[in-house]
Amino acid sequence: MPGFDFSNYNRNAALHARGVPLPKATSTGTTIVGCIYDGGVVIAADTRATSGPIVADKNCEKLHYISPNIWCAGAGTAADTEFTTALISSQLELHSLSTGRKPRVVTCMTLLKQHLFRYQGYIGAYLVVAGVDPTGTHLFTVHAHGSTDKLPYVTMGSGSLAAMSVFETQWRPNLTQEDAVKLCSDAILSGIFNDLGSGSNVDVAIITKEKTTLKRNYIKPNERTQKLKSYKFARGTTNVLNEKIIHKADLGNFVTVEEISVTGPGDKMEVDA
Amino acid sequence: MSSPFSINGGACVAMVGKDCVAIACDLRLGLQALTVSNNFPKVFQYGEHVFLGLTGLATDVATVSDLFRYKVNMYRLREERAIAPRTFANLVSSSLYERRFGPYFVSPVVAGLDPKTGEPFICGFDSIGCIDFAKDFIVSGTASDQLFGMCESLWEPNLPAEDLFETISQALLNAVDRDALSGWGAHVYIIEKDKVTKRLLKGRQD
Repeated sequence: MPGFDFSNYNRNAALHARGVPLPKATSTGTTIVGCIYDGGVVIAADTRATSGPIVADKNCEKLHYISPNIWCAGAGTAADTEFTTALISSQLELHSLSTGRKPRVVTCMTLLKQHLFRYQGYIGAYLVVAGVDPTGTHLFTVHAHGSTDKLPYVTMGSGSLAAMSVFETQWRPNLTQEDAVKLCSDAILSGIFNDLGSGSNVDVAIITKEKTTLKRNYIKPNERTQKLKSYKFARGTTNVLNEKIIHKADLGNFVTVEEISVTGPGDKMEVDA
Repeated sequence: MSSPFSINGGACVAMVGKDCVAIACDLRLGLQALTVSNNFPKVFQYGEHVFLGLTGLATDVATVSDLFRYKVNMYRLREERAIAPRTFANLVSSSLYERRFGPYFVSPVVAGLDPKTGEPFICGFDSIGCIDFAKDFIVSGTASDQLFGMCESLWEPNLPAEDLFETISQALLNAVDRDALSGWGAHVYIIEKDKVTKRLLKGRQD
């Protein structure tokens, strides 16, 4: 990877040493889950992004594409989950192109953990990696410091406790696909309603040997009802001091096009033989 | 010392309307409580239909706006076409994430129309490049809390350009009146398929 640019680091560290707080990044104070069933794996996520106590995005996507048969749910620093998964997705595509094989989930998990371990937890990506490859169905969690787990059902993010309580009371072996989707979405709903960092809708991805189905906004329990009255202002409400209109058609007036004949004046360009 | 995001002050907002988008900013440049300038626009144009709003630390606002001027010009020379808002948003995102461990203290907002389809596009970013794709509105700056409240109540879908102007102007004007670090006039751009209208608003000067 090209690597990071640290040229502002010293300036910002000097500022920080004088008591300037670090900028707050958008975080996906999140509920993400995954669950293996007979024949595939399901992962699910809520869709709230927060910046401190402010809801920054009410319907963001936390299910990231890695390869057609591997998907990833991300919690933690939103930019880190976005770019780490994109980076590994790219590496895995090149790897599968050069080996001529379908990418494996363990390969993806290993690339992720090695990348995250190298950055000692400073890349704040907490991920649930799920997929089906020629070796079978897999489900992992990867923590920002580089540790990994391999379990039949997993939860992560600030709503992980709420979600895990659903798994621990309702999970059983040999689930059907419908059971697994229900269990995962119930776990996310538990996070949405009981964890302040999670909210809005449920996204679900179902990965089987044959295909991957992404169900964006599978459940929408928090839809905004239409306002009963409109707050439209009468035109001319705002006091305007100055107005400038640039028409696209007028833009041509600033450009002059001139045909230049090839046999015009001037010497011929010297060209080495 | 206070946060670099609230030393100079400033606010920016973008909204989607029917076949149009709007982006607006205040004009204040301050040094903590001292106002240095009342003519410091925070919205920059990078093509016929591509606009970038930048709030945060003023030195970084200037640096980053110039950096993207350079990058967009290089893109135009290399590709021999204008940059699309969505492409520009990804350029902003990756440029900011490159400095993940030494960020610019800015909160960018992109607004524009797709050059082919004319489809409205807006998005916002945090200082390390995480994109917030919104279908309604994006806010940034020291008055962002107030702007969230104003936009959440005033905005409605499919506003025509004339009504969108009133909505975004009132949202910004009333938000900055409750923020000591923002205000002192405002610029509003209404971007439509065949024309761009730039208006200077009368705002409180205190």
